[in-house]
Amino acid sequence: MTLVTALYVGLFYAATIILVVGIALRIKKYAQTPSPLKIPTMPAPRTETGVALRMFREVVFFESLFRSNKWTWIFGYLFHFGLLLVLLRHLRYFTEPVWFWVNWVQPFGKYAAFAMVAGLLGLWARRFLVDRVRYISTPSDHLMLALLVGIGMSGLGMDYVSHTDIVSVKAFFLGLMHFSPQPLPGDPFLLVHLGLVATLMIIFPISKLLHAPGVFFSPTRNQTDSSRERRHIAPWAEQLEAGER
Amino acid sequence: MADFDVPELNEYPIIPKLKEGVMAHSAPFIAAEKFQTPLGFPGQLPENWKEVAIDKMGELLGKYRSLQVFLDICVHCGACTDKCHYYLGTSDAKNMPVARQELLRKVYRRYFTFAGKYFPRLVGAVDLTEEVLDDWYSYFHQCSQCRRCSVFCPYGIDTAEISMAAREILDAVGKGQKYCNEIIGKVFVIGNNLGLPEPALRDTLEGLEEEVEEDTGVKVRFPLDEKGADILLITPSADFFAEPHVDGLIGYAKVFHEAGVSWTMSSKASEAANFGMFIGSYENMRRVSLRIREAALELGVKRIIFGECGHAWRVAYSFLNTLAGPFDFLDPNYPVPQHICEFTLDLIKQNKLRLNKEENDHMKLTFHDSCNVARGAGMGNVEGGQFTIPREVIKAACNYFYDMPQDTIHDATFCCGGGGGLLTDDLMELRVKGSQPRMEALKRVTEDHGVTNLAAICAICKSQFAKVLPYYGFTMDQIVSVHQLVSNAIVLKGSEQEAELDGTTD
Repeated sequence: MTLVTALYVGLFYAATIILVVGIALRIKKYAQTPSPLKIPTMPAPRTETGVALRMFREVVFFESLFRSNKWTWIFGYLFHFGLLLVLLRHLRYFTEPVWFWVNWVQPFGKYAAFAMVAGLLGLWARRFLVDRVRYISTPSDHLMLALLVGIGMSGLGMDYVSHTDIVSVKAFFLGLMHFSPQPLPGDPFLLVHLGLVATLMIIFPISKLLHAPGVFFSPTRNQTDSSRERRHIAPWAEQLEAGER
Repeated sequence: MADFDVPELNEYPIIPKLKEGVMAHSAPFIAAEKFQTPLGFPGQLPENWKEVAIDKMGELLGKYRSLQVFLDICVHCGACTDKCHYYLGTSDAKNMPVARQELLRKVYRRYFTFAGKYFPRLVGAVDLTEEVLDDWYSYFHQCSQCRRCSVFCPYGIDTAEISMAAREILDAVGKGQKYCNEIIGKVFVIGNNLGLPEPALRDTLEGLEEEVEEDTGVKVRFPLDEKGADILLITPSADFFAEPHVDGLIGYAKVFHEAGVSWTMSSKASEAANFGMFIGSYENMRRVSLRIREAALELGVKRIIFGECGHAWRVAYSFLNTLAGPFDFLDPNYPVPQHICEFTLDLIKQNKLRLNKEENDHMKLTFHDSCNVARGAGMGNVEGGQFTIPREVIKAACNYFYDMPQDTIHDATFCCGGGGGLLTDDLMELRVKGSQPRMEALKRVTEDHGVTNLAAICAICKSQFAKVLPYYGFTMDQIVSVHQLVSNAIVLKGSEQEAELDGTTD
């Protein structure tokens, strides 16, 4: 095993553990923190089904963002939808045999990478061009975009500039999954791509990327409008009441 | 008239270029020790205030999922940046909702997150200092907790939740706001925000009975503390004397009279508003709410109905069952509590009210959706009832009604500029500037449809508009109560108006 392979094996095991455990701990925290009051942004659905639909529209169509800013919506949607297709396409590196529907995604996935990068560049441009967005941008906001653009560009580089041996790449990841490491090709685009992806996985649970799991826990979006019909009370508020009696 | 520039009203809304620090001087009076102590807060900054503040933040993070999630997940996308009426009216950068949240978030990051502990500059984390605390005091009192930003946020992040938490932390270190905390104290001691004691209240109500009898020839009652009444009316104390509020109260009384129901007000719970919400204090909000439960039990009523009061309606509709429930001792056939607009519209639909719309023909109306009713509560057990029900009541009482532009009504409504505990004279500049988006929308319908009056169902909106309308070239009497319109139009059985209409006078 080469040093590069050993390094990336270690990196991906560590990154995977940090990503999975980190997100799991965060989700646990969100789930265990009570919502003492009913605060859905009204008008809100009156049933659980309605709430599921509201969340679906929010997560799949970015409904609220569409209402608030069409440019951010277009760029944000290009990026997120592009990323989704690209991720689905990448499943072929982790499955043997490749799931049949992943093959269907394959032709779209290639172009989705362009959409993803275009969306990112649009979002990044807003951080420079719109005075309000410029004001609220922190160094980490720019770095996050740089990281994602880097991932996209290095990925595209393997498609359009210098091909890598994807059969070996697949063998490497299947090897990781079966705990029998295989050699990783030493192409620069590939090493940059994988290095940045591992970085993204590591910072995910300690950054604003938590918006992905977090949105499902947002009380203004996931609560029903039923406060007059059913009494809603948090455990700590019940204790407060018990202490008074 | 003002020692600051009143914003211009443009033909179409313009998003201002941001300016830094132009409202940094704006801050309300700080509560003296005598207003802090009754609420359980220290009177001044304790020596270990930093520790106290961070501990309080930690406590709140564990108690409120909203706070924990909202502080974590903002991506700085900027969707909210042009949605706050205070940003639109002042152009101060820190009045953009995300920038306001950042004031708290950057301290949260520093003390509670890995990135902020080890890479503070990278993620914009800062230590808690007295300057930061002063910034909090200033800018968290430039948020009216109207929730407009939460409508437009892709994750529903609600700056109101952040402001409430920040104010609670400020209270914990002795930096309370005089206006809110003094008023909450009055509610505990006297029973209402205005400090009207029971005899004064009784006197006022008797005066109103005489006035209505003079106008209509009908003895419409304004009962107080009457045991065994069916309905307990909880209404903002402004309804007891100020214009146009009191005309609304007369409207409720006439509606109850025509409905033939027995009702009463309570001197103990002679206030609908709950300023505990503004300062984010669950305990104080609960204590204020419990007065209503106690009054209902003591008077033995079967139903609770709330008068026109926006923030009160949010607490009533969304929180009362949580804070002071369960209300299993009330009649289960009615929602607890009910809004007076729900009650009135029911009667209108059953043809139990005779309304002569011509009585309001001297006015062309528009309706201001109060922020806390629109985005914090519901009505009528249908999604969006809080928008349709008050409008239906107005349309049943008036011939001329026109809505303001779509992006300024319903859940996109603008706050009046005085909500969330900011309705105080020491914040006059903020209040005038913050009302700019609403005034601009009003001007639009004034020019397009000749609208003369703005109706509202919130005591804060009514007081705020009476004060700020003149700054924009309108007159203070252009704001009216919805039940004032009902009161004008209603034809009481056996009244002089009925006789006149039916031609039975001599």
